[in-house]
Amino acid sequence: MPEILQHEFMQHALLAGMLAAVACGIVGVYVVIKKIVFISGGIAHASFGGIGLGYLLGINPVLGAIFFTTASAIGIGLATRRTRLPEDTAIGILWAMGMALGIIFIGLTPGYAPDLFSYLFGNILTVPTSDLLLMLILDVIIIFLVSLLYKEFLVLSFDEEFSAVSGVLTERLYLLLLCLIALTVVVLIRVVGIILVLALLTIPAALARQFTHSLKKMMLLAILAGAVFTFSGLWLSYVLDLASGATIILVSGTALFISFGISRLRSKTRDLNHQPPDTA
Amino acid sequence: MANQELVKLDDIWVHYDDAPTLEGINLSVKSSGFLGIIGPNGGGKTTLLKVILGLVKPTHGRVSVMGGNPEHGRKFIGYIPQYNLFDPEFPISVFEVVLMGRYGRTGLFRHYREEDKKAAMTALKTVDMLDYKDRQIGRLSSGEQQRIFIARALATSPKLLLLDEPTTSIDPAMQVGFYELLDKLKHGMAIIMVSHDICAVSIYVDEIACLNHQLFYHGSKEVSAEDLAKTYQCPVQLIAHGFIPHRVLKEH
Repeated sequence: MPEILQHEFMQHALLAGMLAAVACGIVGVYVVIKKIVFISGGIAHASFGGIGLGYLLGINPVLGAIFFTTASAIGIGLATRRTRLPEDTAIGILWAMGMALGIIFIGLTPGYAPDLFSYLFGNILTVPTSDLLLMLILDVIIIFLVSLLYKEFLVLSFDEEFSAVSGVLTERLYLLLLCLIALTVVVLIRVVGIILVLALLTIPAALARQFTHSLKKMMLLAILAGAVFTFSGLWLSYVLDLASGATIILVSGTALFISFGISRLRSKTRDLNHQPPDTA
Repeated sequence: MANQELVKLDDIWVHYDDAPTLEGINLSVKSSGFLGIIGPNGGGKTTLLKVILGLVKPTHGRVSVMGGNPEHGRKFIGYIPQYNLFDPEFPISVFEVVLMGRYGRTGLFRHYREEDKKAAMTALKTVDMLDYKDRQIGRLSSGEQQRIFIARALATSPKLLLLDEPTTSIDPAMQVGFYELLDKLKHGMAIIMVSHDICAVSIYVDEIACLNHQLFYHGSKEVSAEDLAKTYQCPVQLIAHGFIPHRVLKEH
């Protein structure tokens, strides 16, 4: 496909795909192992309020989204930790309220809201340079914080009670993790859109998980998988003239199902080849 | 050091939704020995341990751990919770789990040092699980996992070990080995174990207390067969069978 690479929008798209793969590979692993997929869904949808606010104020909607996702991340985190509100109830409320605010803001915005559809379902082919730069900065922040707090996040994800006992600032760390998810959502919005964000947060990590039990390797593998999915989805959408975000998701999902099959076969042949050496 | 007070509970009350779970608990734990706390389910055993750890704030009373507040004293405590509700597919090796025990001695932002890794290895050796260090934690049996969580608690180099119903997930054949391990450990640290497994407690502990919202401390003594029989009269009957009138408990 070299000739399609000559287009600037294609180069931007590939860069955007790579940046998205890094963010969702690292943070998606935490989302999957800590089982906070639906908190992430809530954060993602609440970001629509920020998109709307961006339109209303005439600023880049992605900047509005950063504000709304981090605010809703902290909101969901605090609501579930400090009140008796069940977690899924808090998620449902913020999820819907964020979207409602978005609709109101866009309604108040004079004139027509261009590109709205691309924020909902993503359009990797129209990512402007300014957004690429923003995605890069968010990626750097994510990598920096995760490498700085790697062992803290590991304890937190594995055993929250133990992390509290060993003096980890559990609540603050948990809120920070939710904020990282919020930033990742922002990185992914341009690529697959608010509604499809969950797929890129979960599928690469779920795929990687089957092949390793080391968290670091899982992250690297998830980044690789995310990159392969976005690139092949992008190519396929170009060739078949389909929506890019949706194609990326369907390619990812299909690859995940195939990988389930492969890892089942693998464990079957392993069981046949040798009995476990030291079962008690 | 020999008789330093590790934990002092002074008239502790804990209420969950008005109903008191702990009523006026007084307890003093010295620097070595094995205290067994037995009592019925719902009697406040786990709550008592969490008060010592500072995870549950008492509505009334004073907790002192290593002469300070529990948040400060925590790093001297190795805690083994009743349930390890972790995901068996969690991508983590046995060694990484044990290394977590060193967190309190490493702190924010810093990497684990060589001595932390050594302490984790030593702890794994103590529980006889060194050969399994690279296994994913979920691939172990529940009894083996329990040993790993003990190793994690030991890696903190604790002065006090808190065990919450540690034998629930261990099959009876493994329990003897488990208690023998505790028997070895109790010379270097204090151990508090809450359990409703009365038989096991009776053989290995040095002191016994009964907890059913109130704590009946049977004091420190050499545990002979007769003493045990006497000590156990109330809780054994009360917990295991329940047909002895409650009067027995009230006589304390």
